[in-house]
Amino acid sequence: MTQDIFLLIEHIQGQVSDISYIMAAAARELAQNEGDSVIGILFGSGAEGLKDSLAVDKVIYCDHPTLSEFTSDAYKRTLISLLEDYSPRAILFGNTTLGADVSSSLAAHLKFPIINSCLKISDSGGIISQICGGKIMVDSQLADKTTLITVNPGGYKPEEGQSSSSPETITFSPPDLENLKVQLTQYIEPEAGDVDISQEKILIAIGRGIQTEDNIELADELAELLGGAVCASRPVIDQGWLSTSRLVGRSGKKVKPDLYLCLGISGATEHIEAITDSKTIIAVNSDPDAPIFDIAQYGIEVDLFDFIDPLLEQIENAKND
Amino acid sequence: MTEIVVIARLVPDLVEELEIATSGTALDLAWLRLIINEFDNHAIEQAIILKERSGATVTIISPEAEGVEDMLFTTAAKGADKLIKLTGVGEEKPTNLSMAQTLAEIIKEINPDLVLTGVQAHDDFTGDLAPQLADLLDMPYVGYISGISLGDGKATAYKEYPGGILAEMEIALPAVLGIQSSEEPPRYVAISKVRQMMNTASIEDRDAGVLETDSGVVIDRMYLPEVADRAEMLEGDEEEVASKLIAILQDLGLL
Repeated sequence: MTQDIFLLIEHIQGQVSDISYIMAAAARELAQNEGDSVIGILFGSGAEGLKDSLAVDKVIYCDHPTLSEFTSDAYKRTLISLLEDYSPRAILFGNTTLGADVSSSLAAHLKFPIINSCLKISDSGGIISQICGGKIMVDSQLADKTTLITVNPGGYKPEEGQSSSSPETITFSPPDLENLKVQLTQYIEPEAGDVDISQEKILIAIGRGIQTEDNIELADELAELLGGAVCASRPVIDQGWLSTSRLVGRSGKKVKPDLYLCLGISGATEHIEAITDSKTIIAVNSDPDAPIFDIAQYGIEVDLFDFIDPLLEQIENAKND
Repeated sequence: MTEIVVIARLVPDLVEELEIATSGTALDLAWLRLIINEFDNHAIEQAIILKERSGATVTIISPEAEGVEDMLFTTAAKGADKLIKLTGVGEEKPTNLSMAQTLAEIIKEINPDLVLTGVQAHDDFTGDLAPQLADLLDMPYVGYISGISLGDGKATAYKEYPGGILAEMEIALPAVLGIQSSEEPPRYVAISKVRQMMNTASIEDRDAGVLETDSGVVIDRMYLPEVADRAEMLEGDEEEVASKLIAILQDLGLL
C-alpha cells in the first residue's frame, strides 16, 4: 500500500462538480507526509481537459465512450480494474448521487473498510464525520488497509481545491465494458416556467414543521409581502405539496439569497449544504436543538403557528408606515 | 409473479435528544425513540405502488428493534404480503456489510426480481446498506431513485441529480435500487387496520446469525457538535419576537 490519496472526480454533462474540488482540498489535508501524492481518478470520453482546474498532483485518466457520463456499473467495473494496479492509502468519493452509487458497493466487493460522511480532516489526519442529520459527530482513523471515505460538502470551500496549474496525466486502459447492466438513456431537465429559486433574493423556506398543505398559504403570504419566493426542504416536496423546482438541498438547488427565512426546517445536512451561500439566515423552529440554529445568524424558538399571524400583521403595518 | 423484497430499518428519531453511550464511541440506544427510516418508508410505498400497478409479491425484511412488529404490521396493512423479522441483532449496531451479508442469504432464498430499500439511513457510518447488498447479490445498483417502471426483464428508473435533473436509467433485473422518494407520498393506514393485521398476518422470525460490529475503522470518539457561532436567539413573546425580526429585516434593507 502506498500513502497516496485518491479521489474520484465527479462530472455531469461536461461540468466538474464542486464536490470534486472539495475532495481535492480534503485529500490534500489527508496526505500528511511530504511525497504523498493526491491523485484524481477521471473517467470520461474526450474529457481529459476536465482535470485542469483541480488541485491534485496527478490524474489517472480512463477514456471510453461508455464512460462519457456516470453509470454505477461501468464506474464500478473500471474502478475494480484500476485497483488491481494501484493500492492507495485512501480513496475519496462524494457523498452524492454519483459517489454514493459506487463507494459502498466497491467497498463490499474489495472488502475495504469505508467511512461515511466525512466533513473535515483533523490536524493529525483523523476523519471527522457528521451523521444523524448533523446532530452527531464521529472522529475516526483510517483502517490499516486502503480505506474508502465518502465526503460531505461543507467542510471545505471548492476554491480550496482549485489550481491554475494542470496536473500530470497517467492514462489507464479501460476494462471490458460490454454487457453492462445499467444504461443511462437520457437526462430529463427540470420543467421550465417556474421561478428559479437559485436567483431569488428573498426566500421563505418551509420544512416538515409546516405540517399541512393548507399551511403553505401562510408562507406564500409572507413571500408576497416580502417580495420573495417560497422554497422547501425534502419532506414538503415528497408530499407533493410543491414542485421539485422548489427543492433546496443535495438533489435540488443550491441557493444564495440575501435572506433565507426558514420556517419549521430542522437543518439536515443535505439541506444545510445548499444554503451556506445565503447572506442572512433566520430560522424559526420550536426545537431548541434543531441544527438549523447552528448555522443561522438569528434564531426564533417559537411555535410557528402562534408566531406567523403577528408577524404577517406587523410586516403589513411596517409597510404601510 | 414479480417478487419484490424491501428492507425496512428503524433509526433514531432525530426530533428526540440523542445521547452518547458511556463508551464514548456509540449512540446510547437505551432511551432512544426509534422510527422507520424515512427513505425505507418510501421504498415500501414504491413496492406497494408497483404491486398495485402490475401485480407483485412484496416481502418486507426488518432487523429487530423496539417497535419493529408494529412497523411490520403497518406495512402489511399497506399491502405487503410477507413479513420477516431478523432476530438476534443485539444492542450494538452491526456494520452494514455484516448486515448485508445476513440479508443477502435470506434474499437469495426468495430469488426476487427487485430489492428496494432507502438510499441511506442517517445513522449509517460504515457505508450504505443498499449498494453493499447489491454487490453481495451480484446485482446492479442504482440509488437516489424517485420513480420506477418494470418492463421485460428490466426496470426503468429515475435517478435524481443536483439541480433538479433526472437521469433515466435502464437497469437489468434482478437489481437493487436505493429509493430517495416514492412516486406518491407514503400512504397512511388506519390504526384499526394495523390492529386487524396483528390478528391475521404473521411475522416469520429469522436468526441473524453472527453479526460483525468491527468494520476495521477505529472510532476515537462520538460527540454532539461543538457549536462555535450559534444563532443569536430573539427572545420574548410572539409579538415581541415579530417586532425584533422586522427591525432586523429593516436593518438589512429588506423591508
